Amino acid sequence: MNALPRWAELALLPVLNLLLALALTALLVLATGGDPVAALTALAVGSLGSADAIGYTLYYATSMAFTGLAVAVAFQGGLFNIGAEGQAYLGGLGVTLAALYLGFLPGLLLLPLAIAGGAAFGAAWAAIPGWLQARRGSHIVITTIMFNFLAAALMVYLIVNLLTPPGSMAPESRPFPEAASLPGLAQLGFPSSAPVNLALVLAMLAALGVWLLVWRTAWGYALRVMGQSPAVAAYAGIDQARMIIWVMALSGALAGGVAVNELMGAQHKLLLGFTSGYGFTGIAVALMGRNHPAGVLLAALLFGALTQGGAELAFEVPDVPSEIVVLIQGLVILFTGALGNMLRPALARMLGRAGG
Amino acid sequence: MGALDLILPILAATLRTATPLLLGALAGLFSERAGIVDVGLEGKMLMGAFAAAAAAAISGNVLLGLLAGIGGACLLGLLHGFACVTLRGSQVVSGMAINIVASGLTATLALVWFGLGGQTPPLPPAARFLPVTLPGAAAVANLPVLGPVYAALLSGQTVPVYLALALVPLGAWVLYRTRFGLRLRACGEHPAAVDSAGISVAWLRYAAVLIASVLCGIAGTYIATAQGAGFVRDMIAGRGYIALAAMILGGWRPWPILFTCLLFGLLDAVAIRLQGVVLPGIGAFPVQALQALPYLLTVVLLAGFMGRAIPPRASGQPYVKER
Repeated sequence: MNALPRWAELALLPVLNLLLALALTALLVLATGGDPVAALTALAVGSLGSADAIGYTLYYATSMAFTGLAVAVAFQGGLFNIGAEGQAYLGGLGVTLAALYLGFLPGLLLLPLAIAGGAAFGAAWAAIPGWLQARRGSHIVITTIMFNFLAAALMVYLIVNLLTPPGSMAPESRPFPEAASLPGLAQLGFPSSAPVNLALVLAMLAALGVWLLVWRTAWGYALRVMGQSPAVAAYAGIDQARMIIWVMALSGALAGGVAVNELMGAQHKLLLGFTSGYGFTGIAVALMGRNHPAGVLLAALLFGALTQGGAELAFEVPDVPSEIVVLIQGLVILFTGALGNMLRPALARMLGRAGG
Repeated sequence: MGALDLILPILAATLRTATPLLLGALAGLFSERAGIVDVGLEGKMLMGAFAAAAAAAISGNVLLGLLAGIGGACLLGLLHGFACVTLRGSQVVSGMAINIVASGLTATLALVWFGLGGQTPPLPPAARFLPVTLPGAAAVANLPVLGPVYAALLSGQTVPVYLALALVPLGAWVLYRTRFGLRLRACGEHPAAVDSAGISVAWLRYAAVLIASVLCGIAGTYIATAQGAGFVRDMIAGRGYIALAAMILGGWRPWPILFTCLLFGLLDAVAIRLQGVVLPGIGAFPVQALQALPYLLTVVLLAGFMGRAIPPRASGQPYVKER
């Protein structure tokens, strides 16, 4: 009952939910005396209207693809990882330690090592809640929430007290060596001012890797069995505790990609709070993308465009603030995640009637 | 008297910082005891803070602010109830969505309505909860020990502080000594039993979510109109999550929750005192360690390394009426 055709479940429902979120936001803009059409136009032009704008959109989309994949891969195993924010933050520490203390290495060695550092630190920070869930039975949602705050406190301490060079006022690490910066995508026609960089390609490869791993290997099959029904997984003899720890580590490693994009691709130093909410946007991206790598990439593109467009919005349409993008994100999570059952019955009835 | 002069301000600050945590944790208590997990405390408190500050700024009346704060939080609470009870959606996802919606909505409305860079105008005294001097505080202030404790610690707090403290015995009485409380707790342990007794699980869970929203609204109002003097973007700053931690550490029981909230408040008050204090041989005191302690304690407790945290058995599970 209430079963939808595959295309409706994967494409129609997410699009309808997005439209609903946008319509609600437009109503709010209208009610507060703004012009929703002008706002939407500014969003579109600001995010896709020039090579520079597209470069920024893809830059934001890269980080969101990483956290979206992180949340999605955990979801496939039935685990809700709210901690991508903290895992990305710790990933920044791994990237920074590699870039600063191995800075004497040539770029060809340093780049993969720094990326591995980010992935390893992110993985470790996620594997602890995974271990606590698997072996001690503490709930992954609460533990990952707590680990976000623990990460924030730890990183503030490390950055302010240990990584900021003496005599410097700004709470940030010293700049990375030139060899640790990921090349931009000027060859593809993006202006050098746009921060989009090679991490974009890395994110797409990561999506391909996740797809292969989850849908084309025995391990991935076992993961999805566990996500669908832990009882069946237990009956099939799947070592779920092991599985939980490994999938959380994978999730954290993916979240570490945010640090690669932000720090190695654009900032070239460790900044306080550089993750700026990407971990939470990743939840929206994963829900919107139906926890599938292809869907996650598309949803990341959409949210990247919203973020970039929102930044421009404030200049173009003064009476519609850019914070409205956060509202749209929240509404998308609400409609696709929590209120997912609202449209489904009506849609199933309509499609059932149309199909005879 | 020297030691007392040092300790009393810290204890008074403890009461002030513990109040929003206590209100939030009691909110989580009512919601989770009825079986609805509430990670949306943060968002409801934020909405309450904004609605209260906006109404108080416009009307100049703090009581109207309180009503608006409760109303704003209740709107989000109804949304949570609709998603979790009526549509049987994921409670955690709904809570996270509410947090993000609240952050975006309050920032947007604050900018559009007041245009002060996302803040409400600073509130005049009449639009704020001000410290109340309890009767006889001046008269007993000179008595040894108990006098200053009464005059400088118990007296001179704002109304929501007393309200939050009074809500602990009241909440315990409602949960453990009334028919409503018994049914509410049954909803969180074994909803099918409630249903077969002919009582609506949906109605009870909505009631619990609304009680939680009222408490979150009061907490938000306190933060915006008593601790602060107006709304600032994302001003709850994680206190909704600390309240969640306090509720878990308190084992989903009112009196232990009071003590964990006071402990967290004390940690915060001490951390502020120690900011910038240089310890001989160690350097600047790592204030972050004290700030991280509530989260760390919660993780350790949940992992069963120290006691055991047992949530209500049916919490987080949508109730499906069987045929």
